[in-house]
Amino acid sequence: MELFLHQVLAGIATGGIYACMALAIVMIYQAIDHLNFAQGEMAMFSTFIAWQLIQWEVPYWAAFFITLAVSFAGGYLIERIIMKPIHNAPILSHVALFIALFAVINSLAGFIWEYQIKSFPSPFGTHSVLGEGLISAHDAGMTGVTVTLLVFLFLFFRYTRIGLAMRAAAANPESARLVGIRVEWMLALGWGMAASIGAVAGMLIAPVVFLEPNMMASILLYGFAGAVVGGLTSPGGAVIGGVLVGIIENLAGTFIPYVGSELKLSIALALIVFVLTVKPSGLFGRSVVHRV
Amino acid sequence: MAMKTRSAFTDLIAFFGALAVALAPYRRWLILGLVLLIVLPMPFVVKNFFVFQLTLAMVYAIAILGLNLLTGFNGQFSLGHSAFYAIGAYTAAILMDQYDVAYYWTLPIAGIICFVAGFLFGLPALRLEGIYLALATFALAVAMPQILKLSPFEHWTGGVQGIVILKPNAPFGLPLNPDQWLYYFTFAVMLALFLCAYNLVSSRTGRAIKAIRDNSIAAKAMGVNLSLYKSLTFGVSALYTGVAGALGGIVVQFVAPDSFTFALSVALFVGLVVGGVGSIAGALFGAWFVLFVPNIAEHVSKGLAGAVYGIMLILLIYLMPSGLAGLVRLVVMRFARASR
Amino acid sequence: MTRPALLEAKNICAYYGATQVLHGLDLSIAEGGITTLLGANGAGKTTMLRSVCGMVRATGEIRFRGRQIAGEATEDIVRLGIAHVPEGRGTFVRLTVEENLHLGAITRGGKAGIAADVERVFGYFPRLRERYRQQAGTLSGGEQQMLAIGRAMMLRPTLMLLDEPSFGLAPLIVQEVFTILKQMNEREKVSLFLVEQNAALALDLADHAYLLETGRVVMAGPARELREDENIRRAYLGY
Repeated sequence: MELFLHQVLAGIATGGIYACMALAIVMIYQAIDHLNFAQGEMAMFSTFIAWQLIQWEVPYWAAFFITLAVSFAGGYLIERIIMKPIHNAPILSHVALFIALFAVINSLAGFIWEYQIKSFPSPFGTHSVLGEGLISAHDAGMTGVTVTLLVFLFLFFRYTRIGLAMRAAAANPESARLVGIRVEWMLALGWGMAASIGAVAGMLIAPVVFLEPNMMASILLYGFAGAVVGGLTSPGGAVIGGVLVGIIENLAGTFIPYVGSELKLSIALALIVFVLTVKPSGLFGRSVVHRV
Repeated sequence: MAMKTRSAFTDLIAFFGALAVALAPYRRWLILGLVLLIVLPMPFVVKNFFVFQLTLAMVYAIAILGLNLLTGFNGQFSLGHSAFYAIGAYTAAILMDQYDVAYYWTLPIAGIICFVAGFLFGLPALRLEGIYLALATFALAVAMPQILKLSPFEHWTGGVQGIVILKPNAPFGLPLNPDQWLYYFTFAVMLALFLCAYNLVSSRTGRAIKAIRDNSIAAKAMGVNLSLYKSLTFGVSALYTGVAGALGGIVVQFVAPDSFTFALSVALFVGLVVGGVGSIAGALFGAWFVLFVPNIAEHVSKGLAGAVYGIMLILLIYLMPSGLAGLVRLVVMRFARASR
Repeated sequence: MTRPALLEAKNICAYYGATQVLHGLDLSIAEGGITTLLGANGAGKTTMLRSVCGMVRATGEIRFRGRQIAGEATEDIVRLGIAHVPEGRGTFVRLTVEENLHLGAITRGGKAGIAADVERVFGYFPRLRERYRQQAGTLSGGEQQMLAIGRAMMLRPTLMLLDEPSFGLAPLIVQEVFTILKQMNEREKVSLFLVEQNAALALDLADHAYLLETGRVVMAGPARELREDENIRRAYLGY
């Protein structure tokens, strides 16, 4: 029982990471109506920028916010410059472009900062909260930040005019134009915001998994898992989904034989498939009514 | 004087335009003829290693064609085809290594096994659309290498080490070395499979498959059995990629779990987009792209190989958003209009 | 015509890809009036409406209150005071009725003004008040049409373009909608430009009418006159 509880808590801790990534993924999905495979790489690159700033003796929080701003600008520019030429191309071409972006960013990061792992500081310290090494301060801090971000996003999309305009632009660009929304700006804004959130995720994750160009690959997968399980249309669901994935991954790893660390990932993904078969729009997703 | 050359130039363009239009209905035969002309003498003209690479390109073309049948013609998004490729490869390896089955028999067996696997995967996948299906297939792709490494299966799969296969010799004592023989063998298989695909796509079944992609509700209303056709297409698609996998295993002489990661699925997908969705001939161009461009990228810059590859892919997508097939279609249409 | 022209289109040629769909249309819409564009399926009516909003490739001159709008982006044209209720309604199906209506007013601030406008929409379409927090995609066809018109009203437009508002609706609902359109025109002083296949209804509502056949205007004049015309009666009114 003690072990179970411990694993659940550990799972919540890792789940926090996945939840943060899942949030960024759902964010971009709300803005552009598809998934961006390069998101993890963008987050990794942003984290490297933060690391570089810290190496140059910039204090942590200054580096944090500068990175957020730079990431926002980066996401905005990528949309305006790289994605714009293929706006009218079929969706498969878009996905191929994301793959290309992935390759470019990953390679660039490796070239500039090399592949040795680096440590990244945590603003929350490494001591334990709740005693007995159950949850570290960083895990608690990470959860706190994720929840704050979630609340912010919820309020933003639900109650602000720009949030509504962005949702409209993603859902039905033509109708959005007919009410005067500048759809292209909304798209670019969405990318900027997703890039910033990704940066936050990266900076929170790096202290735990260590910074190197390939650090986001499996995190992205788990993030997708969390987002899908929770429902791609629900930011809250994404967070819950991410945490769930973390817990289940940990429990499976501990209690099911044959499931070593290699198979943990497959379990997470088997989970996606299961949830999707049973509830195609995720646990909290809104199923869209299709009128013929 | 300038006027004269300009009109001669436009006349020339008009001539080629008219030629292209006249030949357009026969373009498939022309391409076939061209392909044969280039393909057949290759093994005697180039080095063995290049023959090996060309053979592998043909293998990838078959795999990409498999993916195209599902994604291009039927609209079901799959990022999991590396799994079927792996199943095909391992089937061939195990049959040849442990049961002494001749290499040519492994192909149909791998095909059947993959067909069943694909069909079975296609059944639950019926409930999933677009991005959700992509993720489910993604899960499949990622899980496959890990399943292959599982200890209970090690007796068959050889675990992390994989299985080594011997390359078959040319039959009937033909004066070809194994690489050259495999080249022609693969080419024959590829040709046969391409022709089958072409027939399938042009048939009534093919039309039903395409109708499902274009408007599944309308297709259903017209009596197309969605579940059956979608699962069957999954099966056929897996069959093609599985046969490719078996061939690939034989050509590379080696199968190991880490050869069949998600990266392979990505490569197949990129090959599909570059060649052109819904184009059978484009699969070969796509295969060439994913096989040779990464090599070229490494030559350009060792440290930034990935970045160079990515940039080349981006440029290609800008120039040909619908793949090579799309570009060819556009060019033919422009000429058709100009020559009117 | 005594009233000044609100919208003037001259020599409009529109294209879908390489196919030319409109061949040199001339149209004029009077301020405060209701103008209708009639014609069979495929005549080019929807294309004309879309040309006004910059949604389709077109050449020619389009002047709104004297200002050239041809070639401008849809969202900029809309902001000048032209609301378009498109073919198929263009409802944001995943968003609620409330959100759909608020989107109509998205380009201007002022919470109080928006709340008052929403009330006004409810005045015309009480059914929408009941469905306020429902997902728009769950509304019936008639209700979605009302929502689409309501959203257009939220723009406080000077000119409202309507693409086949009767499409797919039961006759009783259509009557309701058309009555409301007439009221809207009189009370809010919104000029209407209506594209309709249902010629009888449209000619009852409108002041002025145009008849389109394969991309060309073949008849134009007061609605009263077109209604009396022999050829129109036989071809489009069925008697």
